[in-house]
Amino acid sequence: MIDVQNITKRYGHHTAIDQVTFSVAKGEVLAFLGPNGAGKTTTMRILTCFMPATEGSARVAGFDCTEQPLEVKRQIGYLPETPPVYQELTVTEYLTFVGRLRGITGPKLSSALDQSIGRLELGSVRHRLIGNLSRGYRQRVGLAQALLHDPPVLILDEPTVGLDPKQIIEIRELIRSLAGSHSVILSTHILPEATAVCQRVVIINKGHIVAEDTPEQLSARLRQSEKVSITLKTCPPDCEMKLRAIPGILNVLPGQAGGSFLIECELGRDLRDEIARVAVLSQWGLLELRTVSMTLEDVFLRLTRHEDHLSEPAEATVSASAERTDA
Amino acid sequence: MTPVQAVIAKELRGYFVSPIVYVVGAVFLLIFGLLSYLYVGFAGAQAIQLMQMQGGMAQINLNDLVFRNLFASMRIVLVIILPILTMRLFAEERKLRTFEFLMTSPIRITDIVVGKFVSVFLIYLGLVALTTLVPTVLMLFSDFDWNPIWTGYLGMVLLGALFLSVGVFASALTENQIVAAFVSFGMLLTIWLIAGLGNLFGDTTAGRIISYFSYMEHYDRLLRGLIDTSDLVYFGSGLALMLFLTHRVVESTRWK
Repeated sequence: MIDVQNITKRYGHHTAIDQVTFSVAKGEVLAFLGPNGAGKTTTMRILTCFMPATEGSARVAGFDCTEQPLEVKRQIGYLPETPPVYQELTVTEYLTFVGRLRGITGPKLSSALDQSIGRLELGSVRHRLIGNLSRGYRQRVGLAQALLHDPPVLILDEPTVGLDPKQIIEIRELIRSLAGSHSVILSTHILPEATAVCQRVVIINKGHIVAEDTPEQLSARLRQSEKVSITLKTCPPDCEMKLRAIPGILNVLPGQAGGSFLIECELGRDLRDEIARVAVLSQWGLLELRTVSMTLEDVFLRLTRHEDHLSEPAEATVSASAERTDA
Repeated sequence: MTPVQAVIAKELRGYFVSPIVYVVGAVFLLIFGLLSYLYVGFAGAQAIQLMQMQGGMAQINLNDLVFRNLFASMRIVLVIILPILTMRLFAEERKLRTFEFLMTSPIRITDIVVGKFVSVFLIYLGLVALTTLVPTVLMLFSDFDWNPIWTGYLGMVLLGALFLSVGVFASALTENQIVAAFVSFGMLLTIWLIAGLGNLFGDTTAGRIISYFSYMEHYDRLLRGLIDTSDLVYFGSGLALMLFLTHRVVESTRWK
């Protein structure tokens, strides 16, 4: 549905994105992850024909973004970073205007209007001026605008910004429900969102794609060891040594809280059973024992911060994840 | 409803929700009324003088004494007031980030530019229509020729359309409304002053060419009751040029 080949965008001497290639299949939801200024919005603006790429080609639903911008725009529902709402219009007037711009008229328009107002639960504010609505409502009006003509492709730039937790869950459910029939690209800073909603994640940093895979695959790929966190009631000085003596254990690192350790084991081996036995036999008072999986957050930090040292075991990441598991 | 009509409807709604139209309209009508009153009073004073000198009823020409002066004075009023009407058209869209939405909607840039221009032109037409109250009331008390008044109105409409197109262009240049108003104000005054430059050259080819670029002589001819095709061509082509330049400026934002 979306096919991006080697696109590069330069602003003067500054290269915003460099040789970016990816594609989105029909019905797939793809998350764009990256720190601020990574090139997420630039990529989305190229896809929506707001501006052309300096090099490379982007195609949406078979139409070229530079050659056939009007066709591309018809296939796309786009929510920019700032919800593009006119404060002097009411919600209904605004959505009517949007529908007319997209050539929807008559009874079709009113049914599309009712549908998108219903989907985003805007019924209670439909006759209010957008200027008087809260940030969360404006964001939802922006989303209603993108969904109004039921486009095959949705491009959402940080769709859940400014929403309260309940609304965030509702919007995520909405996006999940769109998967299958719509191709969706969304950018986000909120990593659990990507895991919750998307089938595939593209991590972009400084204009380059640094990783592209499913969230699970990504964390699996970057994992160099299995990690187990244990918490002990009493820990005599020799406990670290005894733990190291278990075959298959690579390293034992002290955790943040007293009595907690982060144990690194060989990849593919589950040593929880063994560790528990040693702890119980030694009467350390085992309070907690669990595996620590690498979160997408770790993957993200690792890829964007330690891009050059992917092969080295990053101590910072290990202690960072230990910190999180303790918390 | 076509996309252009949708843009026009939305812009009109935007104008009437904001105080701009009411304030600008009130000032415009107030000044028009005040100027009419002054010129009618002035004509009355002249009539009394003539009667004292000649005795009996004096024949004075209201067309010359009131309407021509009135329309001529409206030039400066339009130069000051119309940029205020047009300044928000594109600048506001950029400021509020709705510009990106417009540009990613499946409509042509021409539709956007034409829609915005037509909406503000309709508002201007409405204001001009309200001013016809002055000659209508005067008609009850005196006799005058309506034809030069109609050409005067034609002149005011054409001049206004040209000014509005300059304002639309200036608004597309920036995201700051004050800057947009000031740029169009500056451009309109400069084109006005070109007439002065033309006069310096006198009745030479260079002088005539330079004067042609100013709206002054074209407007003056219409006020005198003269409909000359070259004047219509001047206003039409000026308007088309400004809207074309606006289109280019809007289009160029894609390449920045």
